[in-house]
Amino acid sequence: MKFVDEYRNTKVVEQLANALSNQLTKNWVIMEICGGQTNAFLRFGLDQFLQGKIELIHGPGCPVCVTAVDTIDKILYLAMQPDIILCTFGDMMRVPGSRYDLWTVKASGADIRVIYAPMDALAIARQNPDKKIILFAIGFETTAPATALSIIVAKKEKIKNFFILSAHVKVPAALKHILNSPGHRLQGILAAGHVCTVMGYQEYKPIASKYGIPITVTGFEPFDLLYGIYRCVYQLENGMCEVENNYSRVVKEEGNHAARQLIEEVYVTIPQRWRGIGEIPDSGLDLSKEYSDFDAKKHFKLESIQTSNQLPQLATDSICIAGAILQGIQKPFQCPAFAKECTPDHPLGAPMVSSEGACAAYYRYRKSQNFELTGKG
Amino acid sequence: MASSEFTWSCSVPNATKVIQMGHGGGGRLTHQLIDRIFQPVFSNPLLNAQHDGAILPFGNIELAFSTDSYVVQPLFFPGGDIGSLSIHGTVNDLAMCGAKPLYLSASFILEEGFALDQLQKITESMQRTALATGINIVTGDTKVVDRGHGDGLYITTSGIGQIVSKFPISPMSIQPGDAILLSGDIGRHGVTILAARGQLSFETDLISDCADLSRPVLALLQAGIEVHCLRDLTRGGLATAAIELSQKSHLHFLLDEKSIEVGEDVQSCCELLGLNPLYIANEGRFICFVKAEECEKAISILQSHPVSARTHRIGTVREHHPNGLVTAKGIFNSEKVLDMLSGEQLPRIC
Repeated sequence: MKFVDEYRNTKVVEQLANALSNQLTKNWVIMEICGGQTNAFLRFGLDQFLQGKIELIHGPGCPVCVTAVDTIDKILYLAMQPDIILCTFGDMMRVPGSRYDLWTVKASGADIRVIYAPMDALAIARQNPDKKIILFAIGFETTAPATALSIIVAKKEKIKNFFILSAHVKVPAALKHILNSPGHRLQGILAAGHVCTVMGYQEYKPIASKYGIPITVTGFEPFDLLYGIYRCVYQLENGMCEVENNYSRVVKEEGNHAARQLIEEVYVTIPQRWRGIGEIPDSGLDLSKEYSDFDAKKHFKLESIQTSNQLPQLATDSICIAGAILQGIQKPFQCPAFAKECTPDHPLGAPMVSSEGACAAYYRYRKSQNFELTGKG
Repeated sequence: MASSEFTWSCSVPNATKVIQMGHGGGGRLTHQLIDRIFQPVFSNPLLNAQHDGAILPFGNIELAFSTDSYVVQPLFFPGGDIGSLSIHGTVNDLAMCGAKPLYLSASFILEEGFALDQLQKITESMQRTALATGINIVTGDTKVVDRGHGDGLYITTSGIGQIVSKFPISPMSIQPGDAILLSGDIGRHGVTILAARGQLSFETDLISDCADLSRPVLALLQAGIEVHCLRDLTRGGLATAAIELSQKSHLHFLLDEKSIEVGEDVQSCCELLGLNPLYIANEGRFICFVKAEECEKAISILQSHPVSARTHRIGTVREHHPNGLVTAKGIFNSEKVLDMLSGEQLPRIC
C-alpha cells in the first residue's frame, strides 16, 4: 500500500536498526507519548531492534484511557435520559465508568450511536429534530478541530438540538506534568506525530530546553518509530536536547493553520482531570462562551448531578495500577492483575479497554500464553 | 508524582446480565453464551462436537445438518444481498462438514410495512443462488412482526447435506504437521458492509466475497486429499476461526502474516479505521487443514476454482498445547499471540 509499505520495508528497517545499534554506548529511557505508537511498537515487534539497551516507557497518549471516570458516569447518566441520542467514537463504548459502560447502557435501552466523525453526529441531529443529540467529544488536539467544525456548522445552521460534552485534552500540559513529577525517569521523548500535525512543534521547544530532554516528532510506521528513536539516541549520546521533526512528510513546524484556528475559535483551555493521573492545569479544552449554547454541561446542568447517587459505586479494586502505567512509572506486566483478573473482556482499568491503551497492547501482542512480553521492563 | 500517591483505581464493571451487541460478534462473548447457556442445557454428543454443523448417522450414510440466521444491514450490498447470503452461508457450513449440500429450508421474519417488491427481489435472488449451487429450497415459514420490531426482514436457513468425505472432517482430526491453507484474500465482506452502511466518509469499489464454497471443497474430497478440517471465515474472521479450532484441537497453529493476502483497498480502510483484517468477516473464504505431503496437490485443486483461485499456504500446525494457541509471525519475524476478541471490533479514535 502506497505511503505505508515503504515505511515497513524490512531491509531498510534492519539497516536503520544496525545504525541505531552502532551508536548506542549506554542504556537510555525513552517515552513514546502516543498510544498509537505503543500499539505499533508491539504490533510489529520492534522491541527486538532495541538491543535491550533502550527502555520504552509508554506515555499517557490514549485519550479514551485518560477520560475521567466522573465524566463517563455523567455521560452514562445523560444517555439514559429520555429523548437523547448519544454519539461517540467506537473505542469509548467499553470504557468502564464507576459501574457501567456504554454497551451496558445501550443494552438497557439508551440510544447510543457509534460515529466515525463529529459531522456524523451533526447529521443525526438534523435527522432527529425531536431529540437532543449529545456528542461525547474525546481525543487530543487531533480530534478537537473536527469537533470544533461540527459546532461551528451547527451554529451557522442554527441547529438547536446538538450538544457537546467536551473531554478533549492537550498533550504538552500532560508532558510537563510528568516531567515535573519527581519519580519520572524519562531521558528522551518521542512526540506524537498526529498531534504535531495539527499543532506543530513550537510549544515543545521551551519544554526541551527547560527539562534538558530531547524531543523528536515521530510517526507511526516501523521506519518512523525506529528513526525517531535513532535520532533521540543520537541526541542523548551527544548531550543534545533539541526538538527535532522526524515526521516531516506530514508535520510542519507551525502545524495545520486551519485546524489550529478552529481550536482557537471554539475552545478555551481549562484544568482537566485525567483518569489515573489527577487534575493537570491547562490540559483540557472546553467550549468558549461564544459556543456555550452547545455545551452539554451547561444545558443539562451536569455540575448539579451527583452521578454517584444515580450510579452507586462498587467497591473499588485497588489492584489496578493504571495511574502508574499512564505516567510510565510502571509497566503493564508489573501489575498483579495483568492478564489474570484484568483482561480486555474484564478490564479493571481503562488502559486495558482501548486498543490504544498500554495494557491492552501488551495483552494483545504478548509472545506466548505464559505472558512473556515484548518491550522488556 | 510517585505511584504511591495515587488513590485512583477503577471498579470492576458489573458482569453483564443482559444481551449486548458483542454477544453476536462471534468472539469471546458469543462463546460465553454457548458455553454457559446453550451447551449445558442442550448438551448431547452430536451438539458437543461444536462443528459448523452436526454430523448425523443415517442408515449406511452420514448427513450434515446446519442452520444459520441472517440479519445483515443493508439488505442489498455490492456483491450480494441478504437472500444470496442466506443460501451461501448455510451451503458453506455444510461444505465445511465435508458434505455435498442437498436441501435447504428458509424462514422469514418480516416487519410490518416491508415493501413486497423488495421481498420479491430477495426471494428471486435466493432461488437464483440455490439453482447455481445445485440445491433446492424445500420447506419454509413466514412470520410478521409489528413495525419497529424487526429490521425489514430476517432470514433463517437450515440445510441438509450428505457427507462425502472419506476422512472425518473435524477439529479433532487436525494433526501436528498439517499445512494450513487459506482460499484467498481476507476482509472484503466485512469492509464492504461497513461501506455499504454509508457510515464511512469515503467511498470504495469493494465487492463482498460472498460465494458458494462447496465446489472447491467437493473437488478436494473427490480427489481423495486427506483433508483434516475445514472452516469458513465468517464473523470474527480468520483469527477467530483459527483460535476456535486450536482450542478444540488443543494444538498450536503458527501463521505467517506475510502470506495472508489482504487487498489494498481492504488494507487501506483498515488502516484508516484502526481495524485488523484478521478479525473481519468473510463470506467466501475458508481455511483448510491438510496433511503436509498433500499440500501442493490440494493448493493446485483449489486454485483451479475461481472462488479459491488465490489459495496458498499460510501456516503450519505445531505441537500439542493444552488450551490451544494461535501465533502469527509478522513482517519483522516477531511472533505474537492472536487472541479472541471480546465482541465486535471497534474503530479507533485516532
